[in-house]
Amino acid sequence: MSVKELEKTATLEHATDGHHHGDGILGEQFETMEQQNTSYLIGMWAFIVQEVLFFGAIFAAYAIYRFKYVMEFTLAHHELSVPIGTLNTFVLLFSSYTMARAVRAAMQNRHKRQAFYLFLTFIFAGVFMVNKYFEYSAKFEHHLFPGGDYDAHSVVHHAQEKGELRVVEENGREFYELGKTRDGQFTAFTKVTPEEFEQRTRLFFGFYFVMTGLHGLHVLIGMIIIGVLIGRAWIDHLKNKPIADFMPVEMTGLYWHLVDIVWIFLFPLLYLIGR
Amino acid sequence: MAGHSDSHVHPVSLYTRTLWWLMALLVLTVVAGYIPNVPNWLGVVIALTIAVWKATIVIMNFMHVRFSGKLAWLFAGAGFFWLIIMLAFAFADYVSRPWEPFHGWPE
Amino acid sequence: MATATYTGTEKPNYLNWKTSVASWLLTYDHKRIAILYLVSISVFFLMGGLAAALIRMELATPRGDLLTSDIYNKMFTTHGVIMIFLFLIPSIPAVFGNFLLPLMIGARDVAFPRLNLLSWYFFMAGALMVLIALFRGGIDTGWTFYTPYSSSFAKGEVSLAIVGVFLAGFASIFTGINFLVTIHKMRAPGMTWFRLPLFVWAMYATSLIQVLGTPVVAITLLLVAVERTFRIGIFDPNLGGDPILYQHLFWFYSHPAVYIMILPAMGVISEVISAFSKRRVFGYHFVAFSSLAIAIIGFLVWGHHMFSTGQSMYAGIVFSFLTWIVAIPSAIKTFNWMATIWKGRVHWDTPMLYALGFMGLFVIGGLTGLHLAAMATNVHLTDTYFIVAHFHYVMVGGAIMGYLAALHFWWPKMTGRMYPEGWGKLAAMLVFVGFNLTFFPQFILGYMGMPRRYHSYPEEWAVLNVLSTAGSSVLGLGYLLPVIYLTWSLKYGKVVTERNPWGARGLEWELVDPVPDPHNFERTPIVTRPAYDYGHPEEPTGFVPKPRPVVVGGKDG
Repeated sequence: MSVKELEKTATLEHATDGHHHGDGILGEQFETMEQQNTSYLIGMWAFIVQEVLFFGAIFAAYAIYRFKYVMEFTLAHHELSVPIGTLNTFVLLFSSYTMARAVRAAMQNRHKRQAFYLFLTFIFAGVFMVNKYFEYSAKFEHHLFPGGDYDAHSVVHHAQEKGELRVVEENGREFYELGKTRDGQFTAFTKVTPEEFEQRTRLFFGFYFVMTGLHGLHVLIGMIIIGVLIGRAWIDHLKNKPIADFMPVEMTGLYWHLVDIVWIFLFPLLYLIGR
Repeated sequence: MAGHSDSHVHPVSLYTRTLWWLMALLVLTVVAGYIPNVPNWLGVVIALTIAVWKATIVIMNFMHVRFSGKLAWLFAGAGFFWLIIMLAFAFADYVSRPWEPFHGWPE
Repeated sequence: MATATYTGTEKPNYLNWKTSVASWLLTYDHKRIAILYLVSISVFFLMGGLAAALIRMELATPRGDLLTSDIYNKMFTTHGVIMIFLFLIPSIPAVFGNFLLPLMIGARDVAFPRLNLLSWYFFMAGALMVLIALFRGGIDTGWTFYTPYSSSFAKGEVSLAIVGVFLAGFASIFTGINFLVTIHKMRAPGMTWFRLPLFVWAMYATSLIQVLGTPVVAITLLLVAVERTFRIGIFDPNLGGDPILYQHLFWFYSHPAVYIMILPAMGVISEVISAFSKRRVFGYHFVAFSSLAIAIIGFLVWGHHMFSTGQSMYAGIVFSFLTWIVAIPSAIKTFNWMATIWKGRVHWDTPMLYALGFMGLFVIGGLTGLHLAAMATNVHLTDTYFIVAHFHYVMVGGAIMGYLAALHFWWPKMTGRMYPEGWGKLAAMLVFVGFNLTFFPQFILGYMGMPRRYHSYPEEWAVLNVLSTAGSSVLGLGYLLPVIYLTWSLKYGKVVTERNPWGARGLEWELVDPVPDPHNFERTPIVTRPAYDYGHPEEPTGFVPKPRPVVVGGKDG
């Protein structure tokens, strides 16, 4: 091959690259569209595997501390709002549905419908983030963000009200007894110092913020991608394109369902268990 | 192979059915969380079972693994399998740490 | 983008058909990305080597007179962090994996060329952060970043270094994803799984570890940074955390990470040994599956790093047992290589010398691993120089010998020039002798109880330490020589005119040109023969060229 020919193929290569999420142009390295599409899908799945272990490691850490500090974590659980958590789960599950519909519309080359479902998904994700914002601010207000001014006071207060924590004094030192009140009778399961209680509930909120924060970051990234896809689908609609490449939507769909799955586990583990 | 069947468009009913199942399971898991006097461990087991159930139907129906080739099954399975390895071995340590090899073993 | 275009009379190849800086920094060509990685990790290797030289110089005398203990701590951290995260992890996968994988399986590129380039940028961004952390006063946590020291006590830019390792980790994940998909989907027609060169099998196993393990260490290190910033007691016992948990999560990746280093080297050795013995690798299937077995079992043994740090004894027993099991696939490989050489026509060229060196050193490194896998001896040997010697035998004696073997073996293919054989052999001998002189005494020192990570030691260990330091200067010379003569050969080396100077088998040697053209294959090959088909001396080609299908653009072009 002469330089001229090489240049020509290179131009082709660049043109291809410019339209990588275009109308299903075959990448220079592939032989067939089918090979390219399956490669993208498998690549996305490999990325999802990576994500599963990324989140999985932090779930494992959380699980081990919940196993070690069951009572403290249970009391800290109670500070989270189940209605908001439930609402957010509802919203995310629904967004997964609209995402699946968007992928379906993309496969049928119904661009307007695709843009509509993507837009719904985007809105649901937005609702999720707004909820998250209110939830986070409430935690900050109650000094439950594990930064400088963390204070377990409200956890202690609520637990006392529910009869799950009792302040006792031994040899002039204060201790918290954690347990349950049944028929007016308090049964203690463990006894901790206020410092230990503060540390362990702080640990819970540390996990809460890291886990939901990382998840929220994934939602945000998803929203950006979905935003771009809405624009593309809308342009395809205006241009009346007969066929468009559905792979970007399909791959974003896989990513979005993964984000949903992470939340499916976060919700019961953070909000529900130990009620 | 994996993506082969993805060019097929699945009926809408697949997705709506999945959504109803997910909603029903969401209600179930919230209600189960409020049943009084459930031991802590049982609560965890119930919550996680429902979560695994939900995740499975999302993976199968929304992510189309049910209709995909072996490779997608393999990849989808591998992540969770490795996660189980990590959890199982790490927990094995935490559970067995307090065990005594014989009575009176020094702490 | 104005690019200077090749104007010479020779046939253009991937190196010279475009020469502008942008044509390198924005390239999607897997071969050029391999060269980018090669240049960057060579620089890091020299930096890490410099830190090692300072460490050995300090240990030449029993008193801590050259470096203060504080600087010494920073030196071994620098050495470890650079060598592991910035050199060994990307070494063979990112350089030779990138260069060879598409060539070996008959593809025009990896599946995701853009992701491939992105991986290099992630790697460089991470490396930059690590280097900034090191130059702004350095860090002294050791490469393991053990908590609670790293999370609560260590001064310096630990968080920055952690973010750097995090980014480099994602570079590694991207490489892994890319290779997995490439091996699954990009094989040429006829290139069945059992016709793949064993290097490809090794890269597959390596990629599995990169994808399954790296995210775990990424999130774990992120948690350390979070703990440093917000004082959440995830790993600090004073704050209610558990430092052993850090070790669990860290070694879940970092033990398999050793296999990220050694498995590709094993793949290289399979290629080199068969090429220089002119024989098919003995027990091909066993060698192929042993790579997968090592990758999978390698995930079940991490607890052997924690026998003496407070892990449950019962968990220890299980981990110890599983660690013994991982020796089996490693032994399978070694025996099969020996059987390959047996009755082969052995050619003693430089790559083969490195390969033979690898086998010797890996056997020592592997077997001493068994001493450490046994819980009782581990208690005596843990955190001594025995450990240091053991992992250097595997990671330096194994991985770097494999890396150098690969570098010499594929040098003519990568550059079109031959390295000077005499100097090559000399360097190989120096590396082998210097390596053993450096690290064998450390086995004895460790057995005698010399702890690692101190800058001074009692008088009675002076002789062995002096021996080790002397050895390290020989070793250093052995590493410096290739840097010099390989660079020299780029301009003055003999130009390679044949496409297959070693008479080796494999698609990368059957390209039409000595140095690959930017698009690898003019026509997609159709593979008709198994790998290492050395039975037919007269006809090296194993494939029938097939007309390349016309590339059809999208609807609007």
